[in-house]
Amino acid sequence: MRIAICIKQVPDSWAEKKMVNGVLDRVNVDVVLNDLDEYAVEEALRIAEAHGGNEEGGPNSVTVISMGPERATEALRKALSMGANNAILISDASLAGADALATSKVLATVISKIGFDLVICGTESTDARMSVVPAMIAERLGCAQLTFASAVKVDPLTQQVLITRVTEAGVDEMSGQFPAVISVVEKINEPRYPSFKGIMSAKKKTIDVMDILAVGVTVESSWSLVLDATPRPSRAAGIKVTDDGGAANQLVSFLSEKKLI
Amino acid sequence: MSRVIILADFIGGKNTKTTAELATAAARIGDVVAVVLAPQGQGSAYAAALTHGPIDTVVVVESESFAAHGVSAAADVLAQIIVSKEPVAVLIASHAFGKEVAGRVAVKTNSGIITDAIDVSADISATQMVFGGSTTVHSKISHGTPIITVRPNSISADLKQVSPVIEVLSCEITDGSRKSKITSSQPPVQGGRPELTEADIVVSGGRGTNGDFLAVEAFADSLGAAVGASRAATDAGWYPHSHQVGQTGKTVSPQLYVACGISGAIQHRAGMQTSKAIVVINKDPEAPIFEIADFGVIGDLFAVLPQATEGVLARKS
Ligand SMILES: Cc1cc2nc3c(=O)[nH]c(=O)nc-3n(C[C@H](O)[C@H](O)[C@H](O)COP(=O)(O)OP(=O)(O)OC[C@H]3O[C@@H](n4cnc5c(N)ncnc54)[C@H](O)[C@@H]3O)c2cc1C
Ligand SMILES: Nc1ncnc2c1ncn2[C@@H]1O[C@H](COP(=O)(O)O)[C@@H](O)[C@H]1O
Repeated sequence: MRIAICIKQVPDSWAEKKMVNGVLDRVNVDVVLNDLDEYAVEEALRIAEAHGGNEEGGPNSVTVISMGPERATEALRKALSMGANNAILISDASLAGADALATSKVLATVISKIGFDLVICGTESTDARMSVVPAMIAERLGCAQLTFASAVKVDPLTQQVLITRVTEAGVDEMSGQFPAVISVVEKINEPRYPSFKGIMSAKKKTIDVMDILAVGVTVESSWSLVLDATPRPSRAAGIKVTDDGGAANQLVSFLSEKKLI
Repeated sequence: MSRVIILADFIGGKNTKTTAELATAAARIGDVVAVVLAPQGQGSAYAAALTHGPIDTVVVVESESFAAHGVSAAADVLAQIIVSKEPVAVLIASHAFGKEVAGRVAVKTNSGIITDAIDVSADISATQMVFGGSTTVHSKISHGTPIITVRPNSISADLKQVSPVIEVLSCEITDGSRKSKITSSQPPVQGGRPELTEADIVVSGGRGTNGDFLAVEAFADSLGAAVGASRAATDAGWYPHSHQVGQTGKTVSPQLYVACGISGAIQHRAGMQTSKAIVVINKDPEAPIFEIADFGVIGDLFAVLPQATEGVLARKS
């Protein structure tokens, strides 16, 4: 099987984020591999390992793909050290501030060029928080969409994929044929830590860096326009009481004053 | 007058409150056309559920494909309706299904998309809260038909009674939209309490409940509230995953959020930070959740909650 994983490098969840000229300042902030994408990397490796592994010359290969600035190589390197075989970074100044439409177009083009049986994504990037890129990739590739999976079963012989989809609408069992786009929720597995051996061998793996010309697609970076962005005044310091038996009454009075009861 | 399409929000066969919220925002922009995607034979019953909110026309499409193929079939039909009705905007509920449908429709119709809006104005600009609620952003779509997903419970719905014109449409669902198949479905377990994302008040419990949600539930019931849980509580199996609030659970923005025995990890805050008022009960005065509390009690939830429940019930009687 040829498995492609889409990962994104994002600002650390704990870092303070700022907008500069209507786009997220990605330069002056600590960045990490989107933690929800670690589950995608882990699941891809587990699928490969369950069906003959992804050693050189074996039946499976796992390619990680990211679109982002040069330094997104760090996130790709992490996925390589977890055990992925190859990495592709699409990096181009014209893609700065790209929206989900542009992102999915670039990713889908690269994925269809390299050829694939499965594409595995996280459910959401912790910065954009849109949860649309996997569905858009499936739409663009015209293949099965099996998203929000809490369990994935793959049969390389029949080329069938079964997933359990968990969303606010309940729990669905779904099936589809290769090629398919999957996104996985964080309950699906426990991502591995890169081993020392993994980290060493990742250093020797090359990351294929492409610009938009090499991808061979034209995109406009964004079809949405930020009119203004204002930091919200931080919440006024609230009331804090220590319970000595009377806090519940104060709480009820507070709720009543605020007309919440 | 210009038309705005909303995708009527049905979960488990039930029209949700979100439909009227979408209609309320849409009516600021133009005539409201609500698209209802119904199982075969249930079109009239589904359409008849749209009795409240400023809806002018209901367009009903019946197909077995909606249950069998989910997101891709819904997006296929919605995109066809957009092409024929030429709306100036499309509003869809911002949850997993709604966002995925919106994403595919945006690709199909070559249109820009905004997700998770908390408001939409007459000039089709959207308000979003980003970075965990720390920044308010206004944005507009510059290409195609604006596709905007709106967070449930963030627009106060105009619930006027209506009897919209009903139009039945038939649509072909293309092969490309049948590539994945839903083989079985289990709707979410609801119980007697309001739905989390629709509730005016949410009372949540975390690891501090130590698995005992009775006090949390009793307080919730005194307030007519929904019950939420932190991931620590859902991971431990103390409460169903469908009640998890946070980044990988549900995003709620009720009038009041009560966090009991929850420390306030960034992933939890991501799902509740935009609540209008926040009350916290936590033993640890250093718990980060206090930073966003309007009213915080440093205390044991097992002592405070039962008293507070009594207090609320006493005021109500
Ligand atoms: C990828 C990822 C996604 C995640 N998504 C989510 C998500 O969607 N939602 C979510 O909630 N978390 C999420 N988390 C987990 C999050 O980081 C925290 O681990 C989790 O929110 C902690 O839950 P808690 O506050 O209940 O537990 P804890 O952090 O253990 O806090 C328990 C609190 O209870 C207090 N307490 C204990 N006993 C009592 C008592 N008797 N009375 C009063 N207070 C008491 C303690 O002082 C403490 O502050 C995610 C994590 C990751 C890595
Ligand atoms: N720039 C990107 N490069 C690679 N994968 C991405 C990128 N943006 C989003 N994705 C993938 O799409 C998923 C959902 O992202 P989003 O729709 O932005 O919330 C992520 O978890 C990633 O798997």
